[in-house]
Amino acid sequence: MAAVTTTPRQKVSWGTANFVVVALALIPVLWMVSLSFKTPAAILDPSYLPKQWTWSNYSQILSTSQFIRPLVNSIGIGLISTLVAVVLASMAAYAVARLRFPGKGLLIGMALLIAVFPQIALITPMFSIERALGLFNTWAGLIIPYVAFGLPLGIYILSAFFREIPWELEKAAKMDGATPFQAFMKVIAPLAAPGMVTTAILVFLACWNDFLFAISFTSTTSSRTAPASIAYFSGSSQFTVPTGPIAAAAVVITIPIIIFVLFFQRRIVAGLTSGAVKG
Amino acid sequence: MSEAVGTVAASETIEEPPGRRKPQLSEGARAERRLGWMLCAPAVIVMIAVTAFPVGYAIYLSLERYNLELPKAVKFIGFSNYAAVLSSPYWWQALKVTVIITVFSVAITLVLGMILALVMHRTLFGRGTVRTAALIPYGIVTVAAAYGWQYAWTPGQGYLAAAFNNNAVLTSEVKAIAVIILAEVWKTTPFMGLLLLAGLSLVSEDLQKAAKVDGATAWQRFTKITLPLMKPAILVALLFRTLDSFRIFDNIYILTAGANGTGSVSVIGYHNLFNALNLGIGSAISILIFICVGIIAFLFIKGFGTAAPGTDIGNR
Repeated sequence: MAAVTTTPRQKVSWGTANFVVVALALIPVLWMVSLSFKTPAAILDPSYLPKQWTWSNYSQILSTSQFIRPLVNSIGIGLISTLVAVVLASMAAYAVARLRFPGKGLLIGMALLIAVFPQIALITPMFSIERALGLFNTWAGLIIPYVAFGLPLGIYILSAFFREIPWELEKAAKMDGATPFQAFMKVIAPLAAPGMVTTAILVFLACWNDFLFAISFTSTTSSRTAPASIAYFSGSSQFTVPTGPIAAAAVVITIPIIIFVLFFQRRIVAGLTSGAVKG
Repeated sequence: MSEAVGTVAASETIEEPPGRRKPQLSEGARAERRLGWMLCAPAVIVMIAVTAFPVGYAIYLSLERYNLELPKAVKFIGFSNYAAVLSSPYWWQALKVTVIITVFSVAITLVLGMILALVMHRTLFGRGTVRTAALIPYGIVTVAAAYGWQYAWTPGQGYLAAAFNNNAVLTSEVKAIAVIILAEVWKTTPFMGLLLLAGLSLVSEDLQKAAKVDGATAWQRFTKITLPLMKPAILVALLFRTLDSFRIFDNIYILTAGANGTGSVSVIGYHNLFNALNLGIGSAISILIFICVGIIAFLFIKGFGTAAPGTDIGNR
Protein backbone atom coordinates (compact mmCIF):
# COMPACT_ATOMS: atom_id res chain seq x y z
CA MET A 1 0.00 0.00 0.00
CA ALA A 2 2.85 2.31 -0.76
CA ALA A 3 1.43 5.78 -0.76
CA VAL A 4 2.61 7.18 -4.04
CA THR A 5 2.62 10.75 -2.91
CA THR A 6 2.67 11.87 0.66
CA THR A 7 1.42 15.35 1.12
CA PRO A 8 2.52 17.28 4.19
CA ARG A 9 -1.15 17.47 5.16
CA GLN A 10 -1.41 13.67 5.23
CA LYS A 11 1.71 13.52 7.34
CA VAL A 12 0.24 15.91 9.86
CA SER A 13 -3.09 14.13 10.09
CA TRP A 14 -1.54 10.67 10.54
CA GLY A 15 0.92 12.14 13.01
CA THR A 16 -1.99 13.53 15.01
CA ALA A 17 -3.83 10.20 14.90
CA ASN A 18 -0.72 8.36 16.10
CA PHE A 19 -0.19 10.86 18.87
CA VAL A 20 -3.79 10.56 20.09
CA VAL A 21 -3.57 6.77 20.25
CA VAL A 22 -0.29 6.83 22.16
CA ALA A 23 -1.50 9.53 24.56
CA LEU A 24 -4.78 7.74 25.33
CA ALA A 25 -2.90 4.54 26.06
CA LEU A 26 -0.31 6.16 28.28
CA ILE A 27 -2.09 8.86 30.30
CA PRO A 28 -3.92 6.53 32.73
CA VAL A 29 -0.79 4.44 33.26
CA LEU A 30 1.48 7.40 33.91
CA TRP A 31 -1.09 8.78 36.35
CA MET A 32 -0.74 5.64 38.42
CA VAL A 33 3.05 5.90 38.32
CA SER A 34 2.85 9.55 39.35
CA LEU A 35 0.50 8.71 42.23
CA SER A 36 2.90 6.08 43.52
CA PHE A 37 5.66 8.70 43.85
CA LYS A 38 3.55 11.25 45.71
CA THR A 39 4.15 11.87 49.40
CA PRO A 40 1.25 11.00 51.73
CA ALA A 41 0.59 14.69 52.24
CA ALA A 42 0.47 15.34 48.50
CA ILE A 43 -1.89 12.46 47.71
CA LEU A 44 -4.79 14.85 48.05
CA ASP A 45 -3.33 17.15 45.45
CA PRO A 46 -5.04 16.54 42.12
CA SER A 47 -2.09 17.71 40.02
CA TYR A 48 -1.09 15.11 37.43
CA LEU A 49 2.58 15.07 38.40
CA PRO A 50 3.95 14.89 41.96
CA LYS A 51 5.55 18.13 43.20
CA GLN A 52 7.80 16.15 45.51
CA TRP A 53 8.99 12.70 44.53
CA THR A 54 9.35 9.96 47.12
CA TRP A 55 10.16 6.25 47.19
CA SER A 56 8.43 5.81 50.56
CA ASN A 57 5.35 4.09 49.10
CA TYR A 58 7.56 1.46 47.50
CA SER A 59 9.69 0.89 50.60
CA GLN A 60 6.48 0.58 52.60
CA ILE A 61 4.93 -2.19 50.50
CA LEU A 62 8.19 -4.01 49.80
CA SER A 63 8.98 -4.26 53.51
CA THR A 64 5.79 -6.09 54.42
CA SER A 65 4.87 -9.72 53.88
CA GLN A 66 1.35 -8.46 53.14
CA PHE A 67 2.58 -7.76 49.64
CA ILE A 68 5.78 -9.79 49.19
CA ARG A 69 4.12 -13.11 49.95
CA PRO A 70 1.25 -12.55 47.49
CA LEU A 71 3.81 -11.50 44.88
CA VAL A 72 5.60 -14.82 45.37
CA ASN A 73 2.23 -16.63 45.18
CA SER A 74 1.36 -14.84 41.94
CA ILE A 75 4.64 -15.81 40.31
CA GLY A 76 4.55 -19.41 41.56
CA ILE A 77 0.89 -20.05 40.78
CA GLY A 78 1.21 -18.34 37.40
CA LEU A 79 4.27 -20.36 36.36
CA ILE A 80 2.91 -23.73 37.47
CA SER A 81 -0.49 -23.11 35.86
CA THR A 82 1.18 -22.00 32.64
CA LEU A 83 3.45 -25.03 32.51
CA VAL A 84 0.64 -27.52 33.13
CA ALA A 85 -1.74 -25.78 30.72
CA VAL A 86 0.83 -25.64 27.91
CA VAL A 87 1.75 -29.32 28.29
CA LEU A 88 -1.87 -30.52 28.35
CA ALA A 89 -2.92 -28.13 25.57
CA SER A 90 0.00 -29.24 23.36
CA MET A 91 -1.06 -32.86 23.65
CA ALA A 92 -4.67 -32.08 22.80
CA ALA A 93 -3.74 -29.61 20.04
CA TYR A 94 -1.45 -32.16 18.44
CA ALA A 95 -4.31 -34.62 18.34
CA VAL A 96 -6.66 -31.98 16.90
CA ALA A 97 -4.21 -30.87 14.22
CA ARG A 98 -2.76 -34.22 13.20
CA LEU A 99 -4.86 -37.20 14.12
CA ARG A 100 -8.18 -38.47 12.95
CA PHE A 101 -10.46 -39.54 15.76
CA PRO A 102 -14.15 -39.22 16.57
CA GLY A 103 -15.06 -36.58 19.14
CA LYS A 104 -12.72 -33.91 17.78
CA GLY A 105 -15.57 -31.52 17.01
CA LEU A 106 -16.87 -32.02 20.51
CA LEU A 107 -13.49 -31.09 21.98
CA ILE A 108 -13.32 -27.92 19.88
CA GLY A 109 -16.86 -27.02 20.89
CA MET A 110 -16.13 -27.66 24.54
CA ALA A 111 -13.01 -25.50 24.45
CA LEU A 112 -14.98 -22.70 22.82
CA LEU A 113 -17.67 -23.02 25.47
CA ILE A 114 -15.10 -22.72 28.25
CA ALA A 115 -13.41 -19.74 26.58
CA VAL A 116 -16.65 -17.80 26.99
CA PHE A 117 -17.70 -19.42 30.26
CA PRO A 118 -18.98 -17.01 32.93
CA GLN A 119 -16.47 -17.60 35.72
CA ILE A 120 -18.82 -16.19 38.35
CA ALA A 121 -21.10 -19.19 37.76
CA LEU A 122 -18.33 -21.36 39.21
CA ILE A 123 -17.67 -19.34 42.32
CA THR A 124 -20.39 -20.76 44.53
CA PRO A 125 -20.08 -24.47 43.61
CA MET A 126 -16.26 -24.37 43.42
CA PHE A 127 -16.09 -22.64 46.80
CA SER A 128 -18.14 -25.47 48.25
CA ILE A 129 -16.15 -28.20 46.45
CA GLU A 130 -12.77 -26.71 47.34
CA ARG A 131 -13.72 -26.49 51.01
CA ALA A 132 -14.82 -30.13 51.00
CA LEU A 133 -11.59 -31.27 49.29
CA GLY A 134 -9.28 -29.10 51.38
CA LEU A 135 -8.22 -27.10 48.32
CA PHE A 136 -9.61 -23.82 49.60
CA ASN A 137 -6.86 -21.26 50.26
CA THR A 138 -4.12 -23.40 48.68
CA TRP A 139 -2.03 -22.90 45.54
CA ALA A 140 -3.68 -25.93 43.97
CA GLY A 141 -7.09 -24.35 44.55
CA LEU A 142 -6.14 -21.58 42.12
CA ILE A 143 -3.91 -23.59 39.78
CA ILE A 144 -6.68 -26.03 38.83
CA PRO A 145 -9.17 -23.40 37.59
CA TYR A 146 -6.36 -21.40 35.92
CA VAL A 147 -5.26 -24.48 33.99
CA ALA A 148 -8.85 -25.21 32.95
CA PHE A 149 -9.34 -21.69 31.63
CA GLY A 150 -5.92 -21.60 30.00
CA LEU A 151 -6.55 -24.80 28.08
CA PRO A 152 -9.06 -23.56 25.46
CA LEU A 153 -6.77 -20.68 24.52
CA GLY A 154 -3.82 -23.06 24.36
CA ILE A 155 -5.64 -25.67 22.29
CA TYR A 156 -6.73 -23.07 19.70
CA ILE A 157 -3.41 -21.28 19.36
CA LEU A 158 -1.36 -24.46 19.35
CA SER A 159 -3.54 -26.35 16.90
CA ALA A 160 -3.25 -23.37 14.52
CA PHE A 161 0.55 -23.48 14.91
CA PHE A 162 0.71 -27.25 14.63
CA ARG A 163 -1.14 -27.22 11.30
CA GLU A 164 1.74 -25.21 9.82
CA ILE A 165 4.35 -27.80 10.72
CA PRO A 166 5.36 -30.01 7.76
CA TRP A 167 3.91 -33.49 7.97
CA GLU A 168 6.79 -35.12 6.11
CA LEU A 169 9.20 -34.71 8.98
CA GLU A 170 6.97 -36.70 11.24
CA LYS A 171 6.50 -39.37 8.60
CA ALA A 172 10.26 -39.55 8.14
CA ALA A 173 10.69 -40.03 11.87
CA LYS A 174 8.11 -42.83 11.83
CA MET A 175 9.90 -44.45 8.87
CA ASP A 176 13.06 -44.43 10.92
CA GLY A 177 11.21 -46.42 13.55
CA ALA A 178 9.86 -43.77 15.89
CA THR A 179 6.51 -44.42 17.55
CA PRO A 180 3.81 -41.74 17.13
CA PHE A 181 4.60 -40.57 20.67
CA GLN A 182 8.31 -40.29 19.91
CA ALA A 183 7.50 -38.49 16.68
CA PHE A 184 5.59 -35.99 18.80
CA MET A 185 8.23 -35.49 21.46
CA LYS A 186 11.35 -35.51 19.30
CA VAL A 187 10.24 -33.93 16.04
CA ILE A 188 7.09 -31.91 16.40
CA ALA A 189 7.55 -30.46 19.89
CA PRO A 190 10.79 -28.61 19.07
CA LEU A 191 9.23 -27.23 15.87
CA ALA A 192 6.20 -26.16 17.85
CA ALA A 193 8.26 -24.29 20.44
CA PRO A 194 7.41 -20.80 19.11
CA GLY A 195 3.70 -21.54 19.36
CA MET A 196 4.20 -22.90 22.84
CA VAL A 197 6.02 -19.77 23.92
CA THR A 198 3.18 -17.62 22.59
CA THR A 199 0.64 -19.76 24.41
CA ALA A 200 2.64 -19.66 27.61
CA ILE A 201 2.79 -15.87 27.49
CA LEU A 202 -0.95 -15.47 27.00
CA VAL A 203 -1.86 -18.05 29.64
CA PHE A 204 0.54 -16.48 32.13
CA LEU A 205 -0.94 -13.03 31.47
CA ALA A 206 -4.43 -14.38 32.12
CA CYS A 207 -3.36 -15.98 35.43
CA TRP A 208 -1.48 -12.89 36.51
CA ASN A 209 -4.50 -10.74 35.69
CA ASP A 210 -7.11 -12.85 37.44
CA PHE A 211 -8.94 -11.27 40.32
CA LEU A 212 -12.27 -13.07 40.78
CA PHE A 213 -10.88 -16.55 41.53
CA ALA A 214 -8.04 -15.05 43.54
CA ILE A 215 -10.33 -13.27 45.98
CA SER A 216 -12.90 -16.07 46.07
CA PHE A 217 -10.76 -19.13 46.69
CA THR A 218 -8.23 -17.66 49.11
CA SER A 219 -8.56 -16.25 52.60
CA THR A 220 -5.01 -15.45 53.76
CA THR A 221 -1.73 -14.29 52.25
CA SER A 222 -0.52 -17.91 52.16
CA SER A 223 -2.13 -18.29 48.75
CA ARG A 224 -3.63 -14.90 47.88
CA THR A 225 -2.20 -13.46 44.68
CA ALA A 226 -0.87 -9.94 44.24
CA PRO A 227 -3.90 -8.32 42.55
CA ALA A 228 -6.16 -9.73 45.26
CA SER A 229 -3.84 -8.62 48.05
CA ILE A 230 -4.04 -5.00 46.91
CA ALA A 231 -7.77 -5.03 47.59
CA TYR A 232 -6.97 -5.97 51.19
CA PHE A 233 -4.37 -3.26 51.86
CA SER A 234 -5.09 -1.26 54.96
CA GLY A 235 -3.99 2.26 55.80
CA SER A 236 -1.78 3.28 58.68
CA SER A 237 -4.94 4.13 60.56
CA GLN A 238 -8.54 3.13 60.07
CA PHE A 239 -9.32 6.50 58.53
CA THR A 240 -6.59 6.77 55.94
CA VAL A 241 -7.02 5.16 52.57
CA PRO A 242 -3.67 3.66 51.55
CA THR A 243 -3.72 5.35 48.15
CA GLY A 244 0.08 5.70 47.82
CA PRO A 245 0.89 2.08 48.69
CA ILE A 246 -1.94 0.81 46.49
CA ALA A 247 -0.64 2.86 43.56
CA ALA A 248 2.89 1.61 44.20
CA ALA A 249 1.70 -2.01 44.38
CA ALA A 250 -0.29 -1.53 41.19
CA VAL A 251 2.83 -0.22 39.47
CA VAL A 252 4.93 -3.12 40.81
CA ILE A 253 2.55 -5.73 39.39
CA THR A 254 2.02 -3.78 36.16
CA ILE A 255 5.44 -2.60 35.03
CA PRO A 256 7.06 -6.04 34.64
CA ILE A 257 4.03 -7.18 32.65
CA ILE A 258 4.17 -4.13 30.40
CA ILE A 259 7.87 -4.70 29.73
CA PHE A 260 7.11 -8.37 29.11
CA VAL A 261 4.28 -7.53 26.72
CA LEU A 262 6.38 -5.04 24.80
CA PHE A 263 9.28 -7.45 24.59
CA PHE A 264 7.10 -10.26 23.24
CA GLN A 265 4.69 -8.07 21.30
CA ARG A 266 5.11 -9.84 17.97
CA ARG A 267 4.37 -13.21 19.54
CA ILE A 268 1.38 -11.87 21.44
CA VAL A 269 -0.15 -10.27 18.36
CA ALA A 270 0.47 -13.46 16.40
CA GLY A 271 -1.15 -15.53 19.13
CA LEU A 272 -4.18 -13.28 19.53
CA THR A 273 -4.88 -13.21 15.83
CA SER A 274 -3.71 -16.66 14.74
CA GLY A 275 -7.13 -18.25 14.96
CA ALA A 276 -9.02 -15.26 13.60
CA VAL A 277 -6.96 -15.13 10.43
CA LYS A 278 -6.00 -18.68 9.67
CA GLY A 279 -9.43 -19.99 10.56
CA MET B 1 -19.74 -24.00 16.39
CA SER B 2 -23.07 -25.64 16.94
CA GLU B 3 -21.48 -28.03 19.42
CA ALA B 4 -20.19 -25.07 21.34
CA VAL B 5 -23.63 -23.95 22.38
CA GLY B 6 -24.77 -27.49 23.07
CA THR B 7 -25.39 -28.19 26.71
CA VAL B 8 -22.56 -28.96 29.04
CA ALA B 9 -24.01 -32.37 29.58
CA ALA B 10 -23.44 -33.14 25.93
CA SER B 11 -19.76 -32.35 26.16
CA GLU B 12 -19.37 -34.78 29.01
CA THR B 13 -19.81 -37.63 26.61
CA ILE B 14 -16.46 -36.83 25.07
CA GLU B 15 -14.76 -38.76 27.82
CA GLU B 16 -16.55 -41.93 26.84
CA PRO B 17 -15.57 -42.69 23.26
CA PRO B 18 -18.66 -43.54 21.22
CA GLY B 19 -18.95 -47.30 21.15
CA ARG B 20 -19.03 -47.54 17.37
CA ARG B 21 -16.84 -50.49 16.62
CA LYS B 22 -15.79 -50.60 13.01
CA PRO B 23 -13.99 -53.85 12.46
CA GLN B 24 -12.83 -52.69 9.04
CA LEU B 25 -10.62 -50.02 10.66
CA SER B 26 -6.99 -50.80 10.08
CA GLU B 27 -4.64 -51.34 12.97
CA GLY B 28 -2.96 -48.00 12.25
CA ALA B 29 -6.24 -46.07 12.20
CA ARG B 30 -7.25 -47.61 15.48
CA ALA B 31 -3.91 -46.78 17.05
CA GLU B 32 -4.32 -43.22 15.78
CA ARG B 33 -7.76 -43.03 17.36
CA ARG B 34 -6.53 -44.33 20.67
CA LEU B 35 -3.59 -41.91 20.66
CA GLY B 36 -5.98 -39.05 19.84
CA TRP B 37 -8.18 -39.85 22.79
CA MET B 38 -5.23 -40.39 25.09
CA LEU B 39 -3.68 -37.06 24.18
CA CYS B 40 -6.97 -35.22 24.66
CA ALA B 41 -8.02 -36.98 27.83
CA PRO B 42 -6.03 -34.97 30.41
CA ALA B 43 -7.22 -31.65 28.98
CA VAL B 44 -10.80 -32.86 28.76
CA ILE B 45 -10.77 -34.20 32.31
CA VAL B 46 -9.46 -30.92 33.73
CA MET B 47 -11.95 -28.85 31.74
CA ILE B 48 -14.86 -31.04 32.84
CA ALA B 49 -13.71 -31.14 36.45
CA VAL B 50 -13.59 -27.35 36.62
CA THR B 51 -16.64 -26.42 34.55
CA ALA B 52 -19.19 -29.12 33.79
CA PHE B 53 -18.96 -30.79 37.17
CA PRO B 54 -19.35 -27.60 39.25
CA VAL B 55 -22.20 -26.45 37.02
CA GLY B 56 -23.95 -29.77 37.60
CA TYR B 57 -23.30 -29.42 41.32
CA ALA B 58 -24.63 -25.84 41.19
CA ILE B 59 -27.87 -27.07 39.65
CA TYR B 60 -28.23 -29.46 42.58
CA LEU B 61 -27.29 -26.80 45.17
CA SER B 62 -29.69 -24.31 43.61
CA LEU B 63 -32.60 -26.59 44.49
CA GLU B 64 -31.69 -26.63 48.16
CA ARG B 65 -32.04 -24.25 51.04
CA TYR B 66 -28.36 -24.08 51.98
CA ASN B 67 -26.99 -21.28 54.11
CA LEU B 68 -23.49 -21.74 55.52
CA GLU B 69 -24.59 -19.95 58.67
CA LEU B 70 -27.39 -22.48 59.20
CA PRO B 71 -25.78 -25.80 58.22
CA LYS B 72 -28.51 -27.80 60.00
CA ALA B 73 -31.31 -26.28 57.95
CA VAL B 74 -30.24 -27.75 54.59
CA LYS B 75 -33.35 -28.92 52.80
CA PHE B 76 -34.58 -29.62 49.28
CA ILE B 77 -36.88 -26.77 48.29
CA GLY B 78 -37.31 -27.13 44.52
CA PHE B 79 -37.33 -23.92 42.55
CA SER B 80 -37.83 -21.56 45.50
CA ASN B 81 -34.31 -20.13 45.17
CA TYR B 82 -34.99 -19.23 41.55
CA ALA B 83 -38.30 -17.67 42.53
CA ALA B 84 -36.51 -15.67 45.22
CA VAL B 85 -33.83 -14.41 42.79
CA LEU B 86 -36.23 -13.68 39.94
CA SER B 87 -38.59 -11.76 42.19
CA SER B 88 -35.76 -9.71 43.69
CA PRO B 89 -35.24 -6.17 42.39
CA TYR B 90 -31.48 -6.60 43.01
CA TRP B 91 -31.24 -9.28 40.33
CA TRP B 92 -33.12 -7.23 37.73
CA GLN B 93 -31.13 -4.09 38.56
CA ALA B 94 -27.88 -6.05 38.20
CA LEU B 95 -29.02 -7.60 34.94
CA LYS B 96 -30.01 -4.17 33.61
CA VAL B 97 -26.63 -2.69 34.60
CA THR B 98 -24.77 -5.63 33.06
CA VAL B 99 -26.69 -5.35 29.80
CA ILE B 100 -26.17 -1.56 29.63
CA ILE B 101 -22.45 -1.90 30.30
CA THR B 102 -22.13 -4.73 27.78
CA VAL B 103 -24.04 -2.96 24.99
CA PHE B 104 -22.31 0.41 25.38
CA SER B 105 -18.81 -0.87 26.01
CA VAL B 106 -18.93 -3.34 23.13
CA ALA B 107 -20.41 -0.78 20.72
CA ILE B 108 -17.88 1.90 21.66
CA THR B 109 -15.03 -0.61 21.64
CA LEU B 110 -16.04 -1.77 18.16
CA VAL B 111 -15.96 1.76 16.75
CA LEU B 112 -12.75 2.76 18.53
CA GLY B 113 -11.18 -0.61 17.80
CA MET B 114 -11.95 -0.14 14.10
CA ILE B 115 -10.39 3.33 14.17
CA LEU B 116 -7.36 1.94 16.00
CA ALA B 117 -7.06 -0.88 13.46
CA LEU B 118 -7.26 1.60 10.57
CA VAL B 119 -4.61 3.79 12.18
CA MET B 120 -2.34 0.80 12.76
CA HIS B 121 -2.94 -0.42 9.20
CA ARG B 122 -2.71 2.83 7.25
CA THR B 123 -0.57 5.20 9.19
CA LEU B 124 2.38 6.44 7.17
CA PHE B 125 4.96 6.25 9.94
CA GLY B 126 5.39 5.15 13.53
CA ARG B 127 3.32 2.00 13.05
CA GLY B 128 5.44 0.07 15.54
CA THR B 129 5.13 2.79 18.16
CA VAL B 130 1.34 2.87 17.83
CA ARG B 131 1.06 -0.89 18.17
CA THR B 132 3.39 -0.93 21.14
CA ALA B 133 1.40 1.79 22.89
CA ALA B 134 -1.88 0.03 22.13
CA LEU B 135 -0.64 -3.15 23.79
CA ILE B 136 -0.14 -1.37 27.12
CA PRO B 137 -3.81 -1.28 28.14
CA TYR B 138 -4.11 -4.89 26.99
CA GLY B 139 -1.23 -6.02 29.19
CA ILE B 140 -2.05 -4.04 32.29
CA VAL B 141 -3.65 -5.83 35.24
CA THR B 142 -7.34 -4.83 35.28
CA VAL B 143 -7.34 -4.28 39.03
CA ALA B 144 -4.33 -1.97 38.83
CA ALA B 145 -5.92 0.06 36.04
CA ALA B 146 -9.21 0.20 37.96
CA TYR B 147 -7.47 1.75 40.98
CA GLY B 148 -5.95 4.33 38.66
CA TRP B 149 -9.40 5.27 37.37
CA GLN B 150 -10.86 5.32 40.86
CA TYR B 151 -8.26 7.77 42.16
CA ALA B 152 -8.45 9.82 38.98
CA TRP B 153 -12.18 10.35 39.61
CA THR B 154 -11.94 10.94 43.39
CA PRO B 155 -12.81 14.59 44.13
CA GLY B 156 -9.89 16.59 45.47
CA GLN B 157 -7.46 13.87 44.51
CA GLY B 158 -7.73 13.01 40.85
CA TYR B 159 -6.87 14.88 37.69
CA LEU B 160 -10.06 13.82 35.94
CA ALA B 161 -12.26 14.85 38.88
CA ALA B 162 -10.45 18.19 38.94
CA ALA B 163 -11.15 18.62 35.24
CA PHE B 164 -14.86 17.91 35.82
CA ASN B 165 -15.60 20.31 38.72
CA ASN B 166 -14.81 17.74 41.42
CA ASN B 167 -18.11 15.95 41.02
CA ALA B 168 -18.22 12.75 43.04
CA VAL B 169 -19.04 10.77 39.90
CA LEU B 170 -18.57 7.36 41.46
CA THR B 171 -21.40 7.93 43.91
CA SER B 172 -24.04 8.55 41.27
CA GLU B 173 -25.48 5.56 39.47
CA VAL B 174 -25.48 6.86 35.91
CA LYS B 175 -22.11 8.62 36.11
CA ALA B 176 -20.48 5.69 37.88
CA ILE B 177 -21.69 3.35 35.14
CA ALA B 178 -20.25 5.76 32.56
CA VAL B 179 -16.87 5.62 34.36
CA ILE B 180 -17.04 1.81 34.47
CA ILE B 181 -17.76 1.74 30.73
CA LEU B 182 -14.82 4.12 30.15
CA ALA B 183 -12.49 1.81 32.11
CA GLU B 184 -13.75 -1.22 30.17
CA VAL B 185 -13.38 0.51 26.82
CA TRP B 186 -9.85 1.70 27.60
CA LYS B 187 -8.75 -1.77 28.61
CA THR B 188 -10.37 -3.76 25.79
CA THR B 189 -10.09 -1.52 22.72
CA PRO B 190 -6.55 -2.75 21.90
CA PHE B 191 -7.72 -6.37 21.82
CA MET B 192 -10.57 -5.42 19.49
CA GLY B 193 -8.18 -3.33 17.39
CA LEU B 194 -5.71 -6.18 17.00
CA LEU B 195 -8.37 -8.68 15.97
CA LEU B 196 -9.82 -6.20 13.46
CA LEU B 197 -6.34 -5.40 12.17
CA ALA B 198 -5.89 -9.06 11.38
CA GLY B 199 -9.15 -8.98 9.41
CA LEU B 200 -8.19 -5.71 7.75
CA SER B 201 -4.94 -7.13 6.43
CA LEU B 202 -6.95 -9.69 4.45
CA VAL B 203 -8.80 -7.01 2.47
CA SER B 204 -7.18 -6.80 -0.93
CA GLU B 205 -5.51 -3.53 -1.87
CA ASP B 206 -6.24 -4.09 -5.56
CA LEU B 207 -9.96 -4.03 -4.87
CA GLN B 208 -9.55 -0.76 -3.02
CA LYS B 209 -7.53 0.74 -5.85
CA ALA B 210 -10.02 -0.43 -8.46
CA ALA B 211 -12.85 1.20 -6.51
CA LYS B 212 -10.80 4.35 -6.18
CA VAL B 213 -10.26 4.48 -9.92
CA ASP B 214 -14.01 4.04 -10.38
CA GLY B 215 -14.50 7.14 -8.25
CA ALA B 216 -15.59 5.67 -4.91
CA THR B 217 -15.00 7.95 -1.96
CA ALA B 218 -12.98 6.79 1.04
CA TRP B 219 -16.19 6.32 3.03
CA GLN B 220 -17.83 4.30 0.22
CA ARG B 221 -14.76 2.10 -0.05
CA PHE B 222 -14.85 1.51 3.69
CA THR B 223 -18.55 0.63 3.90
CA LYS B 224 -18.89 -1.22 0.58
CA ILE B 225 -15.59 -3.12 0.44
CA THR B 226 -13.72 -3.16 3.71
CA LEU B 227 -16.60 -3.82 6.09
CA PRO B 228 -18.27 -6.66 4.16
CA LEU B 229 -14.94 -8.42 3.65
CA MET B 230 -14.14 -8.04 7.32
CA LYS B 231 -17.44 -9.45 8.51
CA PRO B 232 -16.03 -12.75 9.81
CA ALA B 233 -13.28 -11.01 11.80
CA ILE B 234 -15.78 -8.51 13.19
CA LEU B 235 -18.17 -11.26 14.27
CA VAL B 236 -15.49 -13.23 16.08
CA ALA B 237 -14.30 -10.13 17.87
CA LEU B 238 -17.86 -9.08 18.76
CA LEU B 239 -18.84 -12.48 20.10
CA PHE B 240 -15.84 -12.70 22.37
CA ARG B 241 -16.04 -9.12 23.54
CA THR B 242 -19.76 -9.41 24.29
CA LEU B 243 -19.45 -12.58 26.34
CA ASP B 244 -16.36 -11.22 28.07
CA SER B 245 -18.04 -7.94 28.88
CA PHE B 246 -21.10 -9.72 30.26
CA ARG B 247 -18.87 -11.26 32.94
CA ILE B 248 -17.54 -7.85 34.06
CA PHE B 249 -16.36 -8.00 37.66
CA ASP B 250 -12.90 -6.55 38.41
CA ASN B 251 -13.57 -2.97 37.31
CA ILE B 252 -16.87 -2.70 39.20
CA TYR B 253 -15.50 -4.37 42.32
CA ILE B 254 -12.70 -1.81 42.57
CA LEU B 255 -14.50 1.28 41.27
CA THR B 256 -17.78 1.11 43.20
CA ALA B 257 -17.98 -2.37 44.78
CA GLY B 258 -21.48 -2.42 43.33
CA ALA B 259 -22.74 0.45 45.48
CA ASN B 260 -25.61 2.70 44.33
CA GLY B 261 -27.08 0.12 42.01
CA THR B 262 -23.92 -0.32 39.90
CA GLY B 263 -23.40 -4.02 40.61
CA SER B 264 -23.27 -6.40 37.64
CA VAL B 265 -24.66 -9.92 37.86
CA SER B 266 -21.15 -11.16 38.66
CA VAL B 267 -20.80 -8.65 41.49
CA ILE B 268 -24.09 -9.59 43.14
CA GLY B 269 -23.21 -13.27 42.72
CA TYR B 270 -19.97 -12.65 44.56
CA HIS B 271 -21.56 -10.54 47.30
CA ASN B 272 -24.27 -13.11 47.84
CA LEU B 273 -21.72 -15.84 48.44
CA PHE B 274 -19.33 -13.96 50.70
CA ASN B 275 -21.68 -11.63 52.52
CA ALA B 276 -24.84 -13.70 52.75
CA LEU B 277 -23.07 -17.11 52.66
CA ASN B 278 -26.11 -18.52 50.91
CA LEU B 279 -25.01 -21.37 48.64
CA GLY B 280 -28.53 -22.11 47.45
CA ILE B 281 -29.31 -18.58 46.24
CA GLY B 282 -25.74 -18.16 44.95
CA SER B 283 -26.06 -21.31 42.86
CA ALA B 284 -29.40 -20.17 41.46
CA ILE B 285 -27.70 -16.89 40.40
CA SER B 286 -24.86 -18.92 38.83
CA ILE B 287 -27.26 -20.98 36.77
CA LEU B 288 -29.24 -17.91 35.67
CA ILE B 289 -26.02 -16.20 34.52
CA PHE B 290 -25.03 -19.35 32.71
CA ILE B 291 -28.40 -19.37 30.92
CA CYS B 292 -27.97 -15.68 29.96
CA VAL B 293 -24.55 -16.39 28.41
CA GLY B 294 -26.03 -19.35 26.57
CA ILE B 295 -28.78 -17.11 25.16
CA ILE B 296 -26.27 -14.48 24.01
CA ALA B 297 -24.11 -17.10 22.29
CA PHE B 298 -27.19 -18.65 20.69
CA LEU B 299 -28.43 -15.30 19.37
CA PHE B 300 -25.03 -14.50 17.90
CA ILE B 301 -24.80 -17.82 16.14
CA LYS B 302 -28.42 -17.69 14.95
CA GLY B 303 -28.00 -14.13 13.75
CA PHE B 304 -24.75 -14.70 11.94
CA GLY B 305 -25.28 -18.19 10.65
CA THR B 306 -22.40 -19.69 8.79
CA ALA B 307 -20.14 -16.73 9.43
CA ALA B 308 -19.84 -17.85 13.03
CA PRO B 309 -16.44 -19.11 14.05
CA GLY B 310 -15.72 -22.80 13.86
CA THR B 311 -12.16 -23.55 14.72
CA ASP B 312 -11.14 -19.92 14.73
CA ILE B 313 -11.05 -18.02 17.94
CA GLY B 314 -9.31 -15.10 19.51
CA ASN B 315 -9.06 -15.13 23.24
CA ARG B 316 -10.59 -13.53 26.21
